[in-house]
Order: sequence, then structure tokens, then C-alpha cells
Amino acid sequence: MVIFGTALLAACYLVGVAVGEGIAALIGVKANVGGVGIAMLLLIAAQHYLQKRGLFPVDTAKGVTFWAMMYIPVVVAMAATQNVIVAAKSGPIALLSAAGAFAICVLFISAINRVIERAHIASAALEPVSDDHDPASDLSVAPDHR
Amino acid sequence: MMSLFEKPILDNPLITAFAFVGAVIWISNQLAHHLTRGRVAGSAIAVLAGLALAYWGGAITGKSKGLGDIAQFGGLALMGGAMMRDFTIVATASEVHVDEAKKAGWLGFLALVLGTVLPFIVGVGVAYAYGHRDPVTLTTIGAGAITYIVGPITGAAIGASSDVIALSIATGVVKSIMVMVFTPVLARFMRLNNPQAAMVFGGLAGTVSGVSAGLAATDRRLVPYGALVATFHTGFGCLLGPSILFLAVKALFS
Repeated sequence: MVIFGTALLAACYLVGVAVGEGIAALIGVKANVGGVGIAMLLLIAAQHYLQKRGLFPVDTAKGVTFWAMMYIPVVVAMAATQNVIVAAKSGPIALLSAAGAFAICVLFISAINRVIERAHIASAALEPVSDDHDPASDLSVAPDHR
Repeated sequence: MMSLFEKPILDNPLITAFAFVGAVIWISNQLAHHLTRGRVAGSAIAVLAGLALAYWGGAITGKSKGLGDIAQFGGLALMGGAMMRDFTIVATASEVHVDEAKKAGWLGFLALVLGTVLPFIVGVGVAYAYGHRDPVTLTTIGAGAITYIVGPITGAAIGASSDVIALSIATGVVKSIMVMVFTPVLARFMRLNNPQAAMVFGGLAGTVSGVSAGLAATDRRLVPYGALVATFHTGFGCLLGPSILFLAVKALFS
């Protein structure tokens, strides 16, 4: 049943966030430490375990994948509720430190990713896909959307 | 006719948000397909449209939640809030290939350290260039350049004034929106086309909202890898900000 998948997802989420709170309390930090990341690892492990025992039928999987597919719409809603005014009207300090931080990070990302590409630490580039949830990653190739 | 819809829309904010976001994404996909012949991803246009709508909403209401502060669109704040964002991010983990993630665990950590320290140095440097010399102010603005959550938490922990904290939040918000907008544009330059690269990106670019929206607009399949690392970013920054980084600034500037 679909709800089992969603319930599994919800349980992993709650446990992960709780562990994140625990770590935060333990090291004396006032923010959740990696709770969502831990929840992701839990979900991967739980799914793997259940699949091996044949306890993860298609219907159950649908209860998880629906929410994974809802990710982009949620991100669009998130974008629509950002405080863009503050960002647009912020003074030069905010603008320059944000732009500078982003620019330096982009350079480092580019450098590291070129190195790991050459050293074959990175996997081959993903093939552009053409299903209607995933617009192709390669901007130079015109993807066929349907 | 419109008044007939008024009550159902106000009474059912989340449902209205689903319909509205669906419409925005449909229009964005049409624009991507017909105007740019698919060269720009529909989701990239949708995220930009969301930000533009947020600007419009903020300009009308003068509040902080963009379009979400307009009563008819109140459901967007719930749909796009931290709860749904994190829940759907966790769901994307169901698409992670474990071997791919394992290959780059150490890289993710390295990226996380760099993604915390580098923006901090830039933020402190800019604040210093603008005449700030107080270590508390410098640290708080630097922490804001990490993420808009690290900024205020660090500022509060070391006793920064509220205008400095507001400045550090603004810094983080600007950075997050820059990551959203420019990631798809710079994706080729950053070689952002495989899971390991996405993990490096997640650690260095930080800010979960920026990383998640930026990757969503670039290639949906990369989202879980980037998010897996990025979700540790805020916690890591909050750990280092008021401790090691503050002490380092204090040692340097006082």
C-alpha cells in the first residue's frame, strides 16, 4: 500500500531530524546538525533492507517516489516565498560578500570537479534524459520534452 | 464569478498552492519548449518565475515571505516551507545510487570545510574593507556569507547587535538567491554533470535552499547527491562560527 512508503519516509525523516537535534545538543550547537542528511541515509538503508527481503513492492515505492517527484514544485513554491526584496535592497556589504563568496566557491567547485574528472574519481557525465520530469542537464543539447 | 472562487481559495490555501505552482510550472515548460527550444530547463524558468513573484509579493505587502504573505497565496508558505522542502529532499534519497555516493564521501567533507571557511573569509574581508573593525561584527557578517541561518545563530551566540544580525541575514539570503539563479547558467563551467561533482557542489555552495533549487534547475537526478552534503552545511557552520572562526577573527583583529 502506498501509505507504507510514505510512512517509512516520514519515520526516517523524524528519526533523522531527532538524531540531528541530539548531535546538536551533544556538541552544544543551536541548529540541527545534518538531520536531513541522516534521514536520507536511513531511507537508503531501510529501502535496501526491505528490497532484499522482498518487502518493498511497487505500491510501497510509489508512496516514496511521489514525494521525490513533488520536490521541484516544492522548490518553486519555496522560491516564491523568499525574501527577495531584502536581497535586492541590501547594501553593498551584503551584495559584495555574497557575490564574492559565491564566485570563489564556483571557482573551487570548477577546479575540484575538473581534477576529479581527470582522476576518474567522478562517474561519467549523466546522459541527457527526456522524460517530462527531468529537463536534460546538458544545456547545449535540445532535449525532447515529450 | 470571481467571488464564487474567493471563499474556496481562502479556505483551502494548500490546495490553491498546488494548483498555482502547477500552472507556473506548466507555463514555464511551455516557455522553455517554445521560446528557448528546450535550451533552458523549464524548472530553471519556474524557479526564476517564483523569485520574480516573490519580489512582487514582497513589494505589495512589505513583509518577508514574498508571495506567501498575500492571503490568497498563503498556502505557498506551507508548501515551500522548511518542512515540505526537507521531506521531499529526503524522498529524493530513494534515487541515490549508494556506490556513487560512497565514492565521494571524503570529497564531500573537504568541500564542506572549504564551503564554510572560504565564504567566511570573503565576508570578513568585505566587512573589513567597509571599515568594520569589531571582531563580533566581522564574524557575524562572515558567518552570514556561509548561510543565512549560520549568520544570525553565530551573531546571537557572540552578542552581535540586531542591525549587524540583519545585515548577516541579508548577506545569506543574497547568496542563496545567487546560487539559485546562477547554478544552471554556470553548470557547464562547474562540470556539474555527475553525482560526485554534485556532492562537491553541495558542500561548497552551501545553503540548502540555494543548492536544492540550483540543482533542480540544472538536473533533477543530481539533487539528492548535492542535498546529502549540503544538509550538513548549516550545522557545520553553526559549529565553527561562534567557536574556531570567531576566535581566529579575534586573534587577528584585536
